[in-house]
Amino acid sequence: MTIEATLVDDRPEGATAPVRRSWSDTIDAVLPVAAGVAFILGWEFLVRYLEVSKFILPTPSAIVATLIADRAQILTALQYTATVTIGAFIAAVVTGIVFGVLLTQNRRIERTFWPYAVTMQVTPVVAIAPLVIIWVGLDRVWLSMLILAWMVAFFPMLSNTAIGMKSADHGLRNVFELYEASRWKRFRYLQLPSALPFILAGARISSGLSVIGAVVAEFVAGSGGSRGLAFMIVESGTLLNIPRMFAALVMLSIFGLAIWYVTSAVQRMLLHRWHESELKQEN
Amino acid sequence: MTRAVMQAGAPPIRAPERAAPPASEEVVPQKPLVRMRNLDKVYSNGTVALKNLNMDVYPQEFISLLGPSGCGKSTALRIFAGLGAYNAGIMEWPQAMHDVSGKPEREVGFVFQEATLMPWATVFDNVYLPFRLKNQSKAKVRERVNEVLELVGLSAFAQAYPRELSGGMKMRVSIARALAPRPKLLLMDEPFAALDEITRTRLSNDLLNIWAGAKCTVMFVTHSVFESVYLSQRIVVMAARPGRIIGELDIDAPYPRDKEFRLSPEYSAYCREVSNLLDQAMRS
Repeated sequence: MTIEATLVDDRPEGATAPVRRSWSDTIDAVLPVAAGVAFILGWEFLVRYLEVSKFILPTPSAIVATLIADRAQILTALQYTATVTIGAFIAAVVTGIVFGVLLTQNRRIERTFWPYAVTMQVTPVVAIAPLVIIWVGLDRVWLSMLILAWMVAFFPMLSNTAIGMKSADHGLRNVFELYEASRWKRFRYLQLPSALPFILAGARISSGLSVIGAVVAEFVAGSGGSRGLAFMIVESGTLLNIPRMFAALVMLSIFGLAIWYVTSAVQRMLLHRWHESELKQEN
Repeated sequence: MTRAVMQAGAPPIRAPERAAPPASEEVVPQKPLVRMRNLDKVYSNGTVALKNLNMDVYPQEFISLLGPSGCGKSTALRIFAGLGAYNAGIMEWPQAMHDVSGKPEREVGFVFQEATLMPWATVFDNVYLPFRLKNQSKAKVRERVNEVLELVGLSAFAQAYPRELSGGMKMRVSIARALAPRPKLLLMDEPFAALDEITRTRLSNDLLNIWAGAKCTVMFVTHSVFESVYLSQRIVVMAARPGRIIGELDIDAPYPRDKEFRLSPEYSAYCREVSNLLDQAMRS
């Protein structure tokens, strides 16, 4: 049998061929940076030219100067917010996966608890926040923050895990049934890998939401003991220290970007060999 | 040559002293691998999927189940695999070991219409799956996995992912996975239906070679007259509403079969005969 020889050309074109780096790739990489630089330069120029008051809109250079001058304060605030955000995110990922898996083990369990999960999702967290802070106590504000941020970030993890668990290919389920796979093996080798792209997509949404959750929680907690970036924004606003307000905002954006980048990198790492979302196709 | 069997409570359609396939020379009466008697299947919506099915499957046969869509040929195949329940009738595995509860150890492999590979696993791991599900370590079966990959001509692609393969190659992996645990019965549900003509022809030839080497029985569901005549020793023709067997035909041409056979008058004669049976199935 001379299958081998004829087989090699059998592959779809470009399925694995490394994508050549070309001019257009370089341009793709440079353009967003260039747009950012142009925007900042335009901002700087317009504020100076139109003589906008620094209480309304400070120049980018003033913001950078504040960032450097107040770096100790800002970094402490960042640490606080980051701790709450990352803690809430990890809690959301763990609980979301665990409950998502448990929920899909049994139809009745799912029917029983799903409405409450949805209720938790549609209730605006801001509305419960004061209550949570009272319950947990003002001496442990960080814990209230954690709980609030977790509540915001939890649902996408839960629903994505639940959908992912049910999205295993029908044909593959038959294969597992044919070989009489145990429940655990079916979970470990079929449902979990099938759910992985969904779980990772959920994690990306949750990561962004946990930042939002932490910020909202700090806003609500106010001066009750929060020392994070969001509170710094509120406080600076009250003190009319607008450049510091912007500096805290910039820090928050950088932090959000960093989280986004990390979750994207994890997703790429886990999916790049097999999932459609991470594959490039040359046409 | 045609045995159009009317099956109103008919006796078994095949005498037990069936000759062994070409591999062995002596003609010994042997126990069938599977015996199906008066099997009925009704779907929960009331559709009668299978009505009074009788079939004997012998070791090392190549059987095709041929019929129009909706005749229950895939359903029958799934029942052979234990993937579906039936409402009445008997299915026995005279040669199989039975566990304490009396459940036969079927030793079947199944190739579905789609390749149904795990996209997250390499070709090697996909073929290893049946062993993994039976708690056999990778180290112990590595050789066997490589052997079947060699058999389907994919040794060089053991570490590739399904996404990187063509449709024909994916189907080869699927066949390798089914063959890996050395099944006695290989069930194939229109495995080549989604492939182009050229790939299909090549895979058909390879399948015949594999069958000759693997010494297992193949049950092949198809709706192609030409494919069934080319491949099989025996063609079972089914009709729809209700799904039932309306006739059987032996294809006595010797193996190995090749292009010569495909172009021979003998082949056309068989095709005509099977076509007529199929027409009968469509009319009834």
